[in-house]
Amino acid sequence: MTSDRREEQGPREAVTCGDRRELARSLTEDALRSGASSAEVLIHEGPDFSTVVRMGTVEKLVQSNSRKLGLRVFHGTRSAIFSTSDFSPASLRQVVRDTLELARAAGEDPGSGIPSGELYAHVAPDMRLCFPAASLLSIEQKMALARECEEASLRHDPRIRNSEGAGFSDSITSVTYANSGGVCARYERSACTLYSSPLAEDGVQKQRDYWLTTHLDLTRLQSPREVGVEAARRVLRRLGAKSIPTCTAPVIFDPLTAGALLKNIADAVSGTALVRKASFLADRLGSQVASPLVSMLDDPLLPGGLASRPFDSEGVPSRTTTVVRDGRLESYLLDSYSARKLGLAPTGNSNRLPHGAPAAGPSNFYLKPGTVSPDEIISTVKQGLYVTDLIGFGVNIVSGNYSQGAAGIWIDGGCLAFPVEGITIAGNLKDMLTSVEAVGNDLSILGEICAPTLLIGRMVVSGS
Amino acid sequence: MMDGLKKLMDVFVDRFDVTQRNLDRLLSVALAKGGDYADIYLEYCTRDMLAFEGQVLKSATKSILQGAGIRVVAGGKTGYAYADSLDVAEMLPAARLAGMIALGAGSAAPAPQSSSTTTTHDLYPVARPLAAFELAPKVSLLEEADRTARGFDACVVEVRVVLANELKHVLVCNSGGAIARDLQPLTVFQVSCIAAKNGERQVGIKGGGGRVGMDYFASRPPAFFARNAARQAMLLLDAEDAPAGPMPVVLGPGWPGILLHEAVGHGLEADFNRKNLSAFSGRIGGRVASDLCSVVDDGTLPGRRGSLNVDDEGNATARTVLIENGILRRYMQDVLSARLTGSPPTGNGRRESYAFIPMPRMTNTFMLPGESSREEIIRSVDRGLYAVDFGGGQVDITNGKFVFSASEAYLIEGGRVTAPVRGASLIGSGPDVLTRVTMVGNDLELDEGLGTCSKDGQAVAVGVGMPTVKVSELTVGGTRR
Repeated sequence: MTSDRREEQGPREAVTCGDRRELARSLTEDALRSGASSAEVLIHEGPDFSTVVRMGTVEKLVQSNSRKLGLRVFHGTRSAIFSTSDFSPASLRQVVRDTLELARAAGEDPGSGIPSGELYAHVAPDMRLCFPAASLLSIEQKMALARECEEASLRHDPRIRNSEGAGFSDSITSVTYANSGGVCARYERSACTLYSSPLAEDGVQKQRDYWLTTHLDLTRLQSPREVGVEAARRVLRRLGAKSIPTCTAPVIFDPLTAGALLKNIADAVSGTALVRKASFLADRLGSQVASPLVSMLDDPLLPGGLASRPFDSEGVPSRTTTVVRDGRLESYLLDSYSARKLGLAPTGNSNRLPHGAPAAGPSNFYLKPGTVSPDEIISTVKQGLYVTDLIGFGVNIVSGNYSQGAAGIWIDGGCLAFPVEGITIAGNLKDMLTSVEAVGNDLSILGEICAPTLLIGRMVVSGS
Repeated sequence: MMDGLKKLMDVFVDRFDVTQRNLDRLLSVALAKGGDYADIYLEYCTRDMLAFEGQVLKSATKSILQGAGIRVVAGGKTGYAYADSLDVAEMLPAARLAGMIALGAGSAAPAPQSSSTTTTHDLYPVARPLAAFELAPKVSLLEEADRTARGFDACVVEVRVVLANELKHVLVCNSGGAIARDLQPLTVFQVSCIAAKNGERQVGIKGGGGRVGMDYFASRPPAFFARNAARQAMLLLDAEDAPAGPMPVVLGPGWPGILLHEAVGHGLEADFNRKNLSAFSGRIGGRVASDLCSVVDDGTLPGRRGSLNVDDEGNATARTVLIENGILRRYMQDVLSARLTGSPPTGNGRRESYAFIPMPRMTNTFMLPGESSREEIIRSVDRGLYAVDFGGGQVDITNGKFVFSASEAYLIEGGRVTAPVRGASLIGSGPDVLTRVTMVGNDLELDEGLGTCSKDGQAVAVGVGMPTVKVSELTVGGTRR
């Protein structure tokens, strides 16, 4: 057993120590020599591990080292992108040639290019983003975390007799960026996640739900027991769910579903959508778009944030951006391209992947917590819906039309009364934002985009 | 050109040192610690994407996706590892990592068998693959769509046209001695238009494709999709808000077959059923739909987006009857579920790429035609919804609740199609909805070829289809009461 563990850890350590800055820099130089007017290289690389335990037995074990390099080449304002996982010198020489040829054939696009030099003026902060604790665990220890987590769900209640499984995963991603303007930087970020997804059955119904904990640092995860028990609590409260008659009612989003709603807003303030005016928030900068209770921040500097980073996918040093302050839209999330196109200052929000076209988007994006507890919010609602799950693709960020499948708990007289499912909630994001009537004090980091409990004054609930 | 394609098939041998001897060695290393079964999936995939926006070719991207995924199965356990490389030296550590799952499993590894090539279909003998064309003819397809959409109406303010094309070389071999190779072209052409009027914006999206080459555009010219996308965006500008509440729903032919994909398709994938996670678990032989309904999954339709000569585990794809006159007949299997349940594989083992473990997935899923005419079906509804196009859908496998969002729908009033409506989601229960199918049209259509299905974080290309169908009652999630 011991010797096998060495097999596992050998290659993992070797890769995380790799420094690709020289490779990235030399590729941008190659591109210039071959006739490019500018070029940039983005490399993502690192080890991944995941395991799933189901009904006490290990079901899956996946281990790999992945890597991807993206070269973006400019010929004036024409550009092209090539990505590959083949880092051999011969192959990369061919990539430079092919990309340049493709760029020459592309259309003139004023606004395209590497970011201008002054954006790099402030220094990327020194951030601690890579925590070794998870990578030091043996495979057996990682499996044990998942097993313990599932067991906590299964032992919680006799109605929980089956499970989709519980899983543990961890990864380290090394990000390297270089451009022909002389910028060259790299950082490493770790991440780990533990979840449980139990089923509950009461003879009539079968329900599933989940809970998870995720952090850069293993030592900051919730315990397997806490995760397992919370997952069990969430699935049990779904048993006995029924539909309700169609009505108009106040709707409370729990932190998970409020986070999903905030993701829709993040999409609508992304420079990539705004360049095309493909957003209901286009041309609204400086105006009141939400209730005064609502403030939203993008904070790539958040200590321990899952999307924290010293610089974005264009190497631009990170900074915090207030997107909505007291309901007023103050800023979009922009990369250098969308900023030029919109005539605004970039915000360091390039989320481009090595193989993808330029894309602006959030880092750690959250809605600032209010002062009231979730229980207090629920107690203010006479008849309404507490939403715990959303399904479907019924959100249109161009028009703001919103109609999603939902499950949750019906509120009667300020108390959670009975579970509901098979319903939709509908409205328009414009109205939903302005009718936020309460913001909870319960913001916790469940992902990259997080929100506390939210009360929206009025939505149409469609049911039986 | 066929010779050209055949030659491309040899990429693994020509460009990489993938010999039978090396594959056998990898399988032996994978099974060195025990295990019942191992397989290797090699992929070399080139992708091109051209995006035309703001009346210029704004983005041109190319990528090469190459790697090997190695799997070891021991009982119900799966060990998996991949390398972003086709070099044997990098695949060997992956084989060792995958094999660690078998530690303590106690089973002796079976000796790898002598290899036999799997007989496959020839469903996409593409004469003129897009990958073989220069940029100019492809850009002129994009220009034609852009011009047509902009010319449709002055309210069309933004047009984005995308042509994406991939060519995937696949080699799958397993410890049972089977080896299969395939070359899989896949093309997508998509037009999205934004129309604006009086401060309001709406989007229309249309497109199509399949495992096709340049000849595809003779039957589906760019202008066809462009006109339709612009028309849809304009229609939504003038649409009323959708109604809310339960009502009869008529689903148009083609892409509305996404109903089947969400409502029953996922629930009939064998992994969910073997683990008793699905609302359909244990219901083989039972009634799950009205006797008007027969649903098949067919990976063997020539040129379709969801079709494959072999699935991603090297098994030939097939036509599988899932529901016959309302009775549940079969689940869709991959190798693992078939082994564990003693069922024959159905050629539904699919994966997004070498970086993923295969799972039971749909190919092209559709309902067989009935006898009613579309007019007859619409005439039978006094007040209801006629939904002809959808965005996406999603299902909760366990409780069976599914939702899908209409992107083009109309009211039916007094047996006639009247005003367009927007923002309608439809929600229902998978095991229940097909029992409420009261009329099935004689007009089966398959979708245009844009479908992508996500499961457990893996996206695969799929097709759906359906004739016009009447569901006696479905909850419509609009805002108008």
